[in-house]
Amino acid sequence: MTQPILQVKNLEKHFQLDRNKVLKAVDGISFEVMPGETFGLVGESGCGKSTTGRTIINLYDTTGGEVLFEGKNVHQLKGKNQKKFRRDMQMIFQDPYASLNPRKSVMDIIAEGLDIHEIASGKSREEVVYELLETVGLNKSHAARYPHEFSGGQRQRIGIARALAMEPKFIIADEPISALDVSVQAQVVNLMRKLQKEKGLTYLFIAHDLSMVKYISDRVGVMYLGRMAELADSDELYKEPLHPYTQGLLSTAPIPDPIQAKEREKIRIKGEIPSPLNPPSGCRFRTRCPYAMEVCAKVDPIWQEAKPNHWVACHLYQDSNPQ
Amino acid sequence: MKPLLEVSDLHVTFRSQHQEVKAIRGVDFTIGEGEVVAFVGESGSGKSVTFQSIMRLLPQPPANIDRGQVLYSGRDLTKLSEVDMQKIRGKEIAMIFQDPMTSLNPTIRVGKQITESLMRHQKLTSQEAKNRSIELLKMVGIPSPSERINQFPHQFSGGMRQRAMIAMALACSPKLLIADEPTTALDVTIQAQIIDLLKDLQNNTGSSIVFITHDLGVVAEIADRVAVMYAGKIVETGTLDEIFYDPKHPYTWGLLASMPKLDQSRDQDLASIPGSPPSLVNPPVGCPFTSRCPYAMKVCQEQMPEVTTSSDSHQVACWLQHPDAPEVKNPVASAGR
Repeated sequence: MTQPILQVKNLEKHFQLDRNKVLKAVDGISFEVMPGETFGLVGESGCGKSTTGRTIINLYDTTGGEVLFEGKNVHQLKGKNQKKFRRDMQMIFQDPYASLNPRKSVMDIIAEGLDIHEIASGKSREEVVYELLETVGLNKSHAARYPHEFSGGQRQRIGIARALAMEPKFIIADEPISALDVSVQAQVVNLMRKLQKEKGLTYLFIAHDLSMVKYISDRVGVMYLGRMAELADSDELYKEPLHPYTQGLLSTAPIPDPIQAKEREKIRIKGEIPSPLNPPSGCRFRTRCPYAMEVCAKVDPIWQEAKPNHWVACHLYQDSNPQ
Repeated sequence: MKPLLEVSDLHVTFRSQHQEVKAIRGVDFTIGEGEVVAFVGESGSGKSVTFQSIMRLLPQPPANIDRGQVLYSGRDLTKLSEVDMQKIRGKEIAMIFQDPMTSLNPTIRVGKQITESLMRHQKLTSQEAKNRSIELLKMVGIPSPSERINQFPHQFSGGMRQRAMIAMALACSPKLLIADEPTTALDVTIQAQIIDLLKDLQNNTGSSIVFITHDLGVVAEIADRVAVMYAGKIVETGTLDEIFYDPKHPYTWGLLASMPKLDQSRDQDLASIPGSPPSLVNPPVGCPFTSRCPYAMKVCQEQMPEVTTSSDSHQVACWLQHPDAPEVKNPVASAGR
C-alpha cells in the first residue's frame, strides 16, 4: 500500500494576540495526502485554510499536533534534511503582484532557489530558467524583464516556474487563481494539471471557489473556524454532502446556468462567521446551522468516518443520534 | 418597457503626456425601467469606466468623454453642469462599489454617512434623517440598527459594510442602482445573502439595477439581460437565456466554457481563452478579439464587424454572423435546453 506523502495529525496553530487573547486559527485538524493527488481545502475567509498551508510548509511553528512529510516531522528537521524539505515542498501564492519582487528580473526571481541551494550557476543557471519559462508557457525573452511588465496570469506563471525550479514533490497553492480573470483562471488551472501529470506532483490546493476546487481536486476538505467539517472524495462530497455547512456552501455557490440556478434547492446559511477569538461552544457551526439541536451547543461533534472514506464532524451523523 | 437610461456611441479616453488609452470605444445600450442588466467582461474591458463616466465620477483630465450621448429620462447627462449632476447622483442614480472598506469614510459614523444624502436631497431634519437611516439599516438586514448607526465602518464586518453601503445607496429611493462588483470581495455565503437582498429590494422598489461583475455564476442568479464587454466595446447583448443557452460571440463561448460546472468531468481540460486582451493604447483596427479567437478570419483583422440582430433583444458584433462566413457551431453548446 502506498504511504501518504503528507500526514497532518491534530494540527493546532494558535496566535497569542495579547496576554489573554488567543486566536485559534487552526484548532485540531487531521488529514492525509497521497502522492500524486490533489487535495483541496475550502472554506470562508478566516476559517484557517491558509494558516494550515503555511504551518505545513513550516512558515509557522505548530502550537500542537504534528505534520509529517514522507514520514518525518517537518517542524523538527535539521541541517541536510531541512534543506531537502525546503526543496521538496514549494508554495504558490494568491496575489501575483505582491509575491514577486518588483526590483528583480524574472531570471533572478526564478533562479533564487537555484542560487541559495547552489544547484546551478552561470550558463546552466540560465538554461534551467529558460527551460522553466518554456514549461510554463512563457519564453526566453521574458527572462530579462521585470514583474511590472507582465499581466496577472503571466505573473502567476512566473510564480509557478519559481516553484518548479526546485523540482519539488509537493506544491501548496494558496488561492492561486482567485486574483485572475475568468478566462485566465482556466489557463493557469490547465497548466497546473499538465505539470502534475508530467512531473507527478502532489498539490494542496487552497481556495474558496467550490466549482474550481471540485474540478481540480481528487479529495476535498471543508474547513470552518479552524476545524475540519467534512472530508471526502470530491465527487462524493458534491453528490452527497453530509455536513449542513457543506450543503449550504454548495447550494450558494454561483453556477453559470440560469435554469439550474433557479431550480436547485437553496440552503441559505444565515449570519456571518463568528470571531475565531470567541468561537461558539460545542459545534462551531451551530450558530448558523439550520438543523442545530440542543446537543450541538453542549458537545463538540466527533470527527468520524460516517461512510467509507467520507469523514464528517456533525451531531446529525453521530452514532448516538439516529437520523 | 420604458427606457430609463439610453447610452449611444459613448467614447471615453484617458490622456496622459505620453499616451492615450481608448477605454470606451463606442458603446450603445438601454436600461429599461425595473430591469436588471448585468455587464460582464474581464478587467480592463471598460465595464466600470462606462458607468463611472455616465455618473461623471472620473476626474477630467485625464479622462475625457470624447463623444456620445447619455440620456437619462430625456436629459443628456454629459451636458449637465456639475451642480445639476449633483442633484442626480445619489438621488436619481446611486452606486455601490466593490470594496466597502475603501468606499466608506473611516472617520465618520455609519449613520451620519447615510443621513448625509437624506438631508441634502430630501431636505429632512437631522432627527427625521436619523429615524430614516435606522429604518434603512433594518431593511438591509443589519441587526440592532439604532446602535449600529453610531458605529464606525471598521466595527462592521465585510458583509455588514456592504449592507450599509446598499442602505446608503437606497436612501433616496433612486430609480437606477449601479452595483459595481458588489459581491466580489465577499465570501460565498455572504455573497448569496447580498444577492438575495438586492433581488428583494428590486422586487419591492421596482428600481432598475446595473450589475457589473466578472462572475457569470452571479449573473445567472440575478440578471434579466446581459451585456458582454471586451476591449471597450459591447460584443454581445441579449436576455439571460439567450446569452447562456444561445451565445453567438466566440468570446462569450470562451467565458462560459472556462468556468467549470459543478458536474464537470475531471478528465477533460477546461476550455481556456489563450492570450490576453489587447492594449487599448493602440487598439486593433478590426475586431479586438481576433488575436485570441480560434475562428478568426482575414476580415476580422481588417474591419470591425457590424452589429447584427438575431432577435429583438439579442445583438452580436462578430463576422461569423455575416451571411458569407463559414458556419461555426458553439462548442460549449449547453444547448438542447
